[in-house]
Amino acid sequence: MIGFLQNLADALSLGSLYALAALGVGLLFGILRLVNFAHGDFISIGAYALIVPSFEVTAQLFIGTWNWSLMIPAVTLIVVIVALISDALVFRPLRRANAPTLMIASFAVSYVIQNGILMVYGARPKAANLWSGLDAPILLGDLRIPLLQVVTIGVTLALMALLTLFLKRTPYGVMMRAAAEDFRMAQYLGVRGNFVIGLAFAISGILATAVSLLYLSQTGTLGPTMGVPLALFAFVATVIGGMGSLLGAVVGGFLVGFIVIMLQAYLPEDLRVFRDAFAFTFVILILLFRPSGIVPTRAFIERV
Amino acid sequence: MAPVSKSTPHASMLRRYWPLAALCAILTVLVGVGSLIGSDQLQVTLTEMLIRLIVVVGIYTFIGNAGILSFGHIGFMCVGAYAAAWATVDPTWKQMMLTGLPDFLQQNQYGFLPAVAGAAVLAGLVALVIGAAIMRLSGIAGSIATFALLAIVNSVYSNWESVTAATSSIIGVPAVVGPWVAWMFAIGALVLAYVFQVSRFGLMLRASRDDEVAAKSSGVNVVRMRLIAFVVSAMIVGVAGALYAHFLGILTADTFYLSMTFVTLAMLVVGGVGSLFGAVAGVIVVTVIVEVLRHIEAGVPLGGITIQIPQGSQEIGLGIAMALILIFRPAGLTRGNEIAFPFGRAARRKRKAAAS
Repeated sequence: MIGFLQNLADALSLGSLYALAALGVGLLFGILRLVNFAHGDFISIGAYALIVPSFEVTAQLFIGTWNWSLMIPAVTLIVVIVALISDALVFRPLRRANAPTLMIASFAVSYVIQNGILMVYGARPKAANLWSGLDAPILLGDLRIPLLQVVTIGVTLALMALLTLFLKRTPYGVMMRAAAEDFRMAQYLGVRGNFVIGLAFAISGILATAVSLLYLSQTGTLGPTMGVPLALFAFVATVIGGMGSLLGAVVGGFLVGFIVIMLQAYLPEDLRVFRDAFAFTFVILILLFRPSGIVPTRAFIERV
Repeated sequence: MAPVSKSTPHASMLRRYWPLAALCAILTVLVGVGSLIGSDQLQVTLTEMLIRLIVVVGIYTFIGNAGILSFGHIGFMCVGAYAAAWATVDPTWKQMMLTGLPDFLQQNQYGFLPAVAGAAVLAGLVALVIGAAIMRLSGIAGSIATFALLAIVNSVYSNWESVTAATSSIIGVPAVVGPWVAWMFAIGALVLAYVFQVSRFGLMLRASRDDEVAAKSSGVNVVRMRLIAFVVSAMIVGVAGALYAHFLGILTADTFYLSMTFVTLAMLVVGGVGSLFGAVAGVIVVTVIVEVLRHIEAGVPLGGITIQIPQGSQEIGLGIAMALILIFRPAGLTRGNEIAFPFGRAARRKRKAAAS
């Protein structure tokens, strides 16, 4: 029982990271129909922004040594700026392009960012120690939960609540929801398209920063492609959750985290190396039974 | 497709297969010139480009006709590459390292052509089994399902110690593939892809791509058409995998994962997803860009000075070039058109219009 609760805590904290990443991906998809592969690289940039540019193996924290109340806004600002620049330079000229073209354009952005990081910081993974104080466990009876997991889950819930409030209660949030529902109609009714899309990029940058800080303090290593697996799981999460639905993205994120952790824990020893194969088999099964996702959105049901 | 006109059967045949003939001619000239004047480095580049071309043509056979973006095809390349290597690697090494292989593979060594055939068959079988399940999915759900397929293949092949040697690579695959061998298979892939595309199956599938509901209501069995295309394209890509194994001489599963998927998809989209010409043009253009950037990175003497860009800017340059092409030609370089027939009445009218 204790073992299961321990796994559940692991699943919730991993699921939180996937859910946050999936929200960033889902937000852009809802409005732009953009499957943004560069989201993983926004996450990498958030982590690399903390350290001094060099080829050293042990990363020296730079912004990372600042007090958190200064450091978090600084890193967020950097990631948001990168997200806005990639929108302005690449995605804005492609507003009318179809989905595959947009997706390949996001590959191109991702490729440029990854190799940019490679040029400045070198290819080798680096060790970095962020918030090591969070390793201390919290004891709940026999259950030992690392403080970091509690923080991860807490931050995720807080960000989701904030995003919900923003979308439901502020005029900008209402504009974004209108744009996600029917972009052209929203424009006719006076929603400024580029502004709303810029806003969506900025928010997805903020979410990416949260993921990169939490992820970095969990793993303690940086690599030029560190964000890629996170983004890939985030796509899977948004699709099985229901493309275009933010609730679906969150549900999908937690579900993927749950599947991965439980397979890791309960697969027989000699099959454990094939964990990802099993996880993705689950993904295919979910898609076969719910092709439009667990939380289908009306905007994506094709009308004839 | 081609405008109907009163002409002899031969002329209409020619018109129908003109785009294919033109592409084959372009490829032949390219390889001919390359192998006449080329250095060893150029031969290697040319071979690799032709193998990529087969991959992209294979992927196109599915994506271009079915209209579903597939991330999974590099998985078939992996399946094909390993299948061929299992056949051609020295049996003593196999008995030592690949203890899980079935006896007929472990005890014997087969020739290159049977190995390629085996690669095509195994890739086609995997596509048939998995495709039977996932071809019902359209749009983004279908794309993610194919991505799941890629991830499954990668996970299995990079961890199944007794069959794929897992992280330690398979070595000693005979490196028999040069530009002309690759050319032969590339022509074969072009012919297969084009014949499929203008066949009844191809046309029905294209109809379902343009309007799934209308095609269904006209009696097209969309799922079956997709499955046929999936299997054909997987076999082409599987053959490319076999060639790649016999080009590199060494095999690791991670060769066939994300970066290969991205590069080949990017080539297809840059060229134009909708036409075979687009697949070929994308491969050639992206390869040329990469080669030019690589040369500049190594340093180009110009007059008295050497022009050189810093290390790593080759990749960044490629990313920027791709983004620019997409921004200025969102539907790809060919905009989904095949090479037009230059001798017909329509072409003459067009020339006249341009002249006046």
